[in-house]
Amino acid sequence: MDDLLNEFLTETNESLAVLDVELVKLEQNPNDPDLLSNIFRLMHTIKGTCGFLGLPRLEAVAHAGENVLGKVRDGELEVTPVAVSLILECLDQIRMILMVLEESEAEPQGDDSDLIGRLNALASGGDPKPQEAEVAAVEQPADTAEDTAEDATTDSAAAEPSAAEEDAQAASSDEGDAVQEASAEIPAAAPEPAAAKPEAQPQPAKPAPAEDVAPKESAVAHQSIRVHVDLLEDLMTMVSELVLTRNQCLQILRAQKESDFQAPLQRLNHVVSELQEGVMKTRMQPIGNAWAKLPRIIRDLSHELGKKMNLVMKGADTELDRQVLELIKDPLTHMVRNSADHGLEMPDERVAAGKSETGTVLLNAFHEGGHIIIEITDDGRGLAIDEIKKKVIRDGLATESELESMSDKQIMRYIFKAGVSTAKEVTAVSGRGVGMDVVRNNIEKIGGTIDLSSVEGRGTKCLIKIPLTLAIVSALVVECAGERFAIPQLSVVELVRASSNSEHTIERINGTPVLRLRNRLLPLVSLRELLNLETGERDQVGGETGHSVHGFIVVAQVGAYSFGIIVDRVFDTEEIVVKPVAPILRDIALFSGNTILGDGSVVMILDPNGIAAATGEITVAADSLEAEAERRSSQGRTKMAMLVFRATGDTPKAVPLSLVARLEEIDLAKVERSNSQHVVQYRGQLMPLVQMGEGVELAKEGRQPVLVFADGGRSMGLVVREIVDIVEDRMDVELTSHRTGYLGSAIVGGQATDIIDAGYYLTKAFQDWFGGDRTQQAESHAGGRRILLIDDSPFFRNLLAPLLTVAGYEVTAVEGADQALELCEAGMDYDVIVSDIEMPDMDGFDFAQEIKANSRWSQTPLLALSSHTSPQDLARGRSAGFDDYVAKADRNALLDALQETLSHVRGAA
Amino acid sequence: MNASTEISGQASGVDGYAETQDFVTFVIANQLFGISVLQVQDVLAAHRITRIPLAPPEIAGSLNLRGRVVTVIDVRRRLGLNRREAGGSVMSIVVEHGQDLYSLMVDSVGEVLALATSDFDSNPPTLDPQFREYSAGIYRLDAKLLVVLDVDRLLDYGRSAVA
Repeated sequence: MDDLLNEFLTETNESLAVLDVELVKLEQNPNDPDLLSNIFRLMHTIKGTCGFLGLPRLEAVAHAGENVLGKVRDGELEVTPVAVSLILECLDQIRMILMVLEESEAEPQGDDSDLIGRLNALASGGDPKPQEAEVAAVEQPADTAEDTAEDATTDSAAAEPSAAEEDAQAASSDEGDAVQEASAEIPAAAPEPAAAKPEAQPQPAKPAPAEDVAPKESAVAHQSIRVHVDLLEDLMTMVSELVLTRNQCLQILRAQKESDFQAPLQRLNHVVSELQEGVMKTRMQPIGNAWAKLPRIIRDLSHELGKKMNLVMKGADTELDRQVLELIKDPLTHMVRNSADHGLEMPDERVAAGKSETGTVLLNAFHEGGHIIIEITDDGRGLAIDEIKKKVIRDGLATESELESMSDKQIMRYIFKAGVSTAKEVTAVSGRGVGMDVVRNNIEKIGGTIDLSSVEGRGTKCLIKIPLTLAIVSALVVECAGERFAIPQLSVVELVRASSNSEHTIERINGTPVLRLRNRLLPLVSLRELLNLETGERDQVGGETGHSVHGFIVVAQVGAYSFGIIVDRVFDTEEIVVKPVAPILRDIALFSGNTILGDGSVVMILDPNGIAAATGEITVAADSLEAEAERRSSQGRTKMAMLVFRATGDTPKAVPLSLVARLEEIDLAKVERSNSQHVVQYRGQLMPLVQMGEGVELAKEGRQPVLVFADGGRSMGLVVREIVDIVEDRMDVELTSHRTGYLGSAIVGGQATDIIDAGYYLTKAFQDWFGGDRTQQAESHAGGRRILLIDDSPFFRNLLAPLLTVAGYEVTAVEGADQALELCEAGMDYDVIVSDIEMPDMDGFDFAQEIKANSRWSQTPLLALSSHTSPQDLARGRSAGFDDYVAKADRNALLDALQETLSHVRGAA
Repeated sequence: MNASTEISGQASGVDGYAETQDFVTFVIANQLFGISVLQVQDVLAAHRITRIPLAPPEIAGSLNLRGRVVTVIDVRRRLGLNRREAGGSVMSIVVEHGQDLYSLMVDSVGEVLALATSDFDSNPPTLDPQFREYSAGIYRLDAKLLVVLDVDRLLDYGRSAVA
């Protein structure tokens, strides 16, 4: 059942129970204003909630009841047993509707005009003789009720001709009986008319048997109880303490080999863990609760601004700690509002830009490794980088040359800076940024990070990463200058041991420590220097302060910025309970709190965000941001099976497995020479054999492993020394090789491996397999542009994907037009689409027309890839909407065409 | 003055029983101080203290008191007195301020004295300003004078930062 409805049922049932009691009390003390106002308030709440949830029938009944109570409260109506009975009747009616609501999640059919009429009569007839008015009102409704029953019958008859009548009858008799029940509860003090009234009511409908009368107990109301949040918080604190105490016990136990406490402590350990989990669960709430307001905000905004927009919410049931939930509510609302207000364009602008009229704001939440990731994506106009640049320069936040060296992504991050975000000029043009610094602060306060990417004209995507809970975190305990500190595990990426004689050495550029880590420079901060920990520790580290050559480096990551923290020692990780520091210490940004470790000592918790800020995140982050972007994009890439083999030299070679048709062992005695090429008879054909090294003669006899590549009717054998393994890995070609025949090298299965260029060897076998020369396109201007490659032949897909990857593109390969269209609908964006022409189902021309005609991708450049390159084909391709037409065999032409297309697009933008 | 009205308020509160108030006495740099016994949570001997880098100098660090983190204030530094000589005795008085516990580091803690309100005197105007800031008044004892430490003022960093 809907959570909101569930909550409403629980709450309203509670209110009704209170109202019952209070009304009876009121009857006895008619002049108690407190009682009266409480009753009124409860009724008002019920009415209000009904209206909010869109339950018109309930609302009408509650409203009529509230009316009467309002008059009573204002002194216009006296509290009489009649009035109380009527109100109670009204409550019973509400209860009846609620019961149906709980079972069917919809309001029952039916009409309450009789009851409402009587209530209204009571409210308006505020004369000294309410009884008479009441009696009159009662008699009338008798007819009305009958009419109602009939009405209901005719209404529902359309839907359920047979059962409807009985249903309607039963409904109205239920109502009547409920009334009877209610009046029976009223103290004997009730005068005549009150007793007479319920008699009058049930008449129209035949009273149902008594057992049907008893209102069923609400199942929902009894399944949940309301507990004050404070109680839960206290419970959480206690459990946290318990966890700490358990940790201490376990630590003591570890020191003692043999102990009688072993077994009981283990049990305690489990129980506490489960208890902790259970209590954590009580605090978990679906993130949808924080989104509840958003559809309304979007709706209102769309009316106000005259935009058409659509809010899509995914993963609303992702649960997170309610404390975290409270804290992200406002930033989220703010960002969604921002997206709708500034991000999305007016409908005519959208149409002009070739997008659909209705803009979409997508909210997506999901769990990822102890984090909640929330994405806020819009398909609006995106951020105007140039405007941000101008503003940044004007405000003196960075110089032009500094900006020049920054990536777009880094520049975008400036909107999180206070000065930029509040600037009207930027927001008016680029449409983003009011209070983004506040949003970032709020998110960082709870240990989260926020990242942003945007493509001008395509939209903006915000990525918020927040911890599941704030109460207990896993932390790495480190030591520096004799003091211990905890670093939240969430931001720790890896640990590196650095010393002068090991692989990793801390090097210095003008005194600034850096570390070479996997071919990148990692900026380092010395915790010792950062925290001014320089008391009598100088000699220990040997030599100059802070210039220690050995130590551990905790590689931490904040958003997209990674950096290393130099510490003296690293202990293990511990579950810690974050405790806030005393107010005096709150302004120290480097600490996010403190905690008590298992051994009972207090340690400060370092705040990686604070440290990052202290090191001047944006200026230092140049390389790491890029690296991160790369890392992230490579994460999204699907794994590829690689065949690892050895041929020449010791370095393993690899080739995408899907390129290889078969693995064969050939008998060397059967190898023949034809046309200065080794060939072998293979499946009734002559298969050329190609060797990897030059000038290596094939042995005359024995068996030789061969990788068989096949495409169409042709096959080719690549002679190798041995076949090592098949490894599933990402095809991340890391170095562009200048050697012919190699695409570059990559880490495959943890080992540096040369990725061979199968295309090169194919042409060695068949000169016409592709045309053109094979010089490697080493220079890449691609800069992480995304390419969608559509080709039905797995061979070409596997050939082109690595090739384009090496050229610096981010390639997504699909095998057909329909898959591509699916991606389009899924909201993926690409900078270029490269499509084959000859494909089954939908061919390239149809696909192009489809894309250009009506899709989000109508502006995306489209390249055709075909083996037919006659002028007629070219013309047809252009008319179908292809921006360029490239011969399939010509890889250089493809790369050139891509580059040209992209620079054209960039120039136009 | 705000502080002295507070003290007289307390004194009148106990008027009905006797005209005395109980104070935990302690010594810092040979000066006798007192804190109302009602404010004191605990008295600690030397305790392992974790230093807090970058904190104001009078914050000596933090310690673990039965699972609660207690911030340790070096009262000497707070009062602008000299640093304690190395090896000098240290004791701590734990007080609650707001929602947090603070441990006041002093030289030694003495007995609890019941002091007659009649012996109470306001601060002499000639007192050192930093001293006067945190003194709620003076009790005239037989042998010496006792300074009543105003804990709330002592720990109200927000206010003193503004002042």
